[in-house]
Amino acid sequence: MDIGAQGRAGVAAGVAAGGGPPPPAPPPPPAAPPGLSEEIVRWISERKGEPEWLLEWRLKAFRHFMDLLGDARLPTWANVTHPPIDFQSIRYYAAPKPKLELESIDEVDAEILKTYEKLGIPLEEQKRLAGVAVDAIFDSVSIMTTAKETLAKYGVIFSSVSEAVKEHPELIRKYLGSVVPHSDNFYAALNSAVFSDGSFVYIPPGVRCPLELSTYFRINAEGSGQFERTLIIADKGSYVSYLEGCSAPMRDENQLHAAVVELVALDDAEIKYSTIQNWYPGDNNGKGGIYNFVTKRGKCAGDRSRISWTQVETGSAITWKYPSVLLQGDHSTGEFYSVALAKGRQQADTGTKMTHIGKNTSSRIISKGISAGHGNNTYRGLVKVMPKAEGAVNFTQCDSLLIGDQCGAHTVPYIEVQNRSASVEHEASTTKVSEEQLFYCQQRGLAREDAQSVIVNGFVRDVVKRLPLEFSVEADRLLEVNLEGTVG
Amino acid sequence: MLEVQGLHAEVNGVEILKGVDLSVGVDETHAIMGPNGSGKSTLAYVLAGRPGYEVTAGSVTFDGEDLLALPAEERARRGLFLSFQHPIEIPGVRMDHFLRAGYNELRKSAGEEQLDPLKFDRLIRNKAKAVEMEPAMTKRAVNEGFSGGEKKRNEVLQMAVLEPRLRILDEIDSGLDVDALREVARGITDLSVPGTSTILVTHYDRVLSYLEPDQVHVLINGRIARSGGRALAKEIEERGYDWLEAGAGV
Repeated sequence: MDIGAQGRAGVAAGVAAGGGPPPPAPPPPPAAPPGLSEEIVRWISERKGEPEWLLEWRLKAFRHFMDLLGDARLPTWANVTHPPIDFQSIRYYAAPKPKLELESIDEVDAEILKTYEKLGIPLEEQKRLAGVAVDAIFDSVSIMTTAKETLAKYGVIFSSVSEAVKEHPELIRKYLGSVVPHSDNFYAALNSAVFSDGSFVYIPPGVRCPLELSTYFRINAEGSGQFERTLIIADKGSYVSYLEGCSAPMRDENQLHAAVVELVALDDAEIKYSTIQNWYPGDNNGKGGIYNFVTKRGKCAGDRSRISWTQVETGSAITWKYPSVLLQGDHSTGEFYSVALAKGRQQADTGTKMTHIGKNTSSRIISKGISAGHGNNTYRGLVKVMPKAEGAVNFTQCDSLLIGDQCGAHTVPYIEVQNRSASVEHEASTTKVSEEQLFYCQQRGLAREDAQSVIVNGFVRDVVKRLPLEFSVEADRLLEVNLEGTVG
Repeated sequence: MLEVQGLHAEVNGVEILKGVDLSVGVDETHAIMGPNGSGKSTLAYVLAGRPGYEVTAGSVTFDGEDLLALPAEERARRGLFLSFQHPIEIPGVRMDHFLRAGYNELRKSAGEEQLDPLKFDRLIRNKAKAVEMEPAMTKRAVNEGFSGGEKKRNEVLQMAVLEPRLRILDEIDSGLDVDALREVARGITDLSVPGTSTILVTHYDRVLSYLEPDQVHVLINGRIARSGGRALAKEIEERGYDWLEAGAGV
């Protein structure tokens, strides 16, 4: 596998030039002027050479969003605070500084490589990491895709959404917005109107995807909101594991990120979606940092299908995120494993919604919240059993770990059961990293900071062990780096 | 090896140790006895460097080095081991991973090569067998869900792996039945290679019949009220601590 050989840096430029081959010299970077209007939505759609139906789709979402905005119907229920967002000051589309096709990894932007190194996975090493195809997203447009040939052999489609719109319009038309419609919530409406790009995955019936599919997101251009849109479809009896990892460089101003991720699993299909999120959290006084307002939802559309979300959220000033599963198919399973860290002035309000619709469906929720400094961590989860969901089973476990005495942990479980046969279990605990534990580790030779890392890593073990190996190592390191200097 | 002079220490502003003198030579075993609240565990914690246990006067040297100037982990790296009266649970952290981290810190500090997981796995297996512990136990989370006896045995295992030169055993006999105590004591004896010294902190005499002390010290109200041989411990077993307390003005 040769990363970089399939570089796609020229795609954006090519599209802008009307779909022809990339011009010899790159044009100036295309970026939308700040602000949101019908013109901007049309500008984005035209810039991307989209078909009429997709423009209409965007405009419908745009009108809905403007209605919500006009009525000031922003979500207010989350346990987070931030100054009002001026949606007219945001730049809604920024393509990367275009480059010619990448011949080798050496041509990748040094800034990107630096970020990867910070994450503990230098891209060079990824070349050798068998079984990982990387689709790196730089300022909203994919610049690199790998291992396409291997995937093609199995009929797996792994591309940017823009590309899929052109090459697989029937799939996009059928599934885009089928799990998260534009009317779902305020930020989903915004995303649907202005989404820039994202990843598209289709696994054909009976195929076990031979590679872990991996995307690295990065926010770079100052003042640009990031509106990714990811769509993954696992056809009957197929399996895919998808990894999403993120990081952002230092920023002084707040940046809004409102992504939408939709997963569809048909009969007997399984999707594993793993996330490491490490965006800029702002400084210790709460200045700057990413607002991470994401809508992630999977639909177990088929019988015996399974969707599992695993996330390690260490970054962002505010995280507002509830990866959810609609358990429509009979005997389908939804899982949510989460580690959320809130330190400094970070606020995290995260959890899941498990909606039991089909018969004999089951869901499992394990949430580990870590609060340090002045961080504020809220688990918010809904387990909903619909009237016809015979034999639904849920198990929920929410554990909070406190470091220091200035932080907060909250657990807000909602349970709505409309069928008597359901079995719903909820366990919760709150603990502190105790002086005794730290001392015990020190007495065995560990420095105090290392002792805290050991205790924290133990606390999150149940979740982190579900990540693919290279991701779990990275997750432990991220927690370590992020908790530096928090030990008392 | 260990010289304690005029040691005063307080916890949360309350003075617990009020001038302790103690001298432990190489290959010696000393028993520290005393009634509840006399400061036995505090002495053990102060020697091991537990944060929050503040030394207000006095000195402690370990092989001539000022022990009190070192953080707890540095004392451990120099060969001081404290077996906890109530070993601490660390959920989710595998015992072998935990112990390997500590072991390698000790090696690093001594300028020796660190052990990779495979080599360490062999080491811990052998040590577990030597202290009659199921090697499978080392794959479980540190002390989590362990019985009282298992926890104590686990302390002995850690001692076996870390090979300390000064062992402070805080109430190693508490919570153990006679058979378990005998096995744990045998483990400790087997580990007593030349050059090893031991401080036994205990309320009762019974552990001393397995681990014969060279000297017995009775701690009353933060001071050593009396020192003697094995006979002193026997006398305490018969007469209790009252007569010593009276003599110490309590």
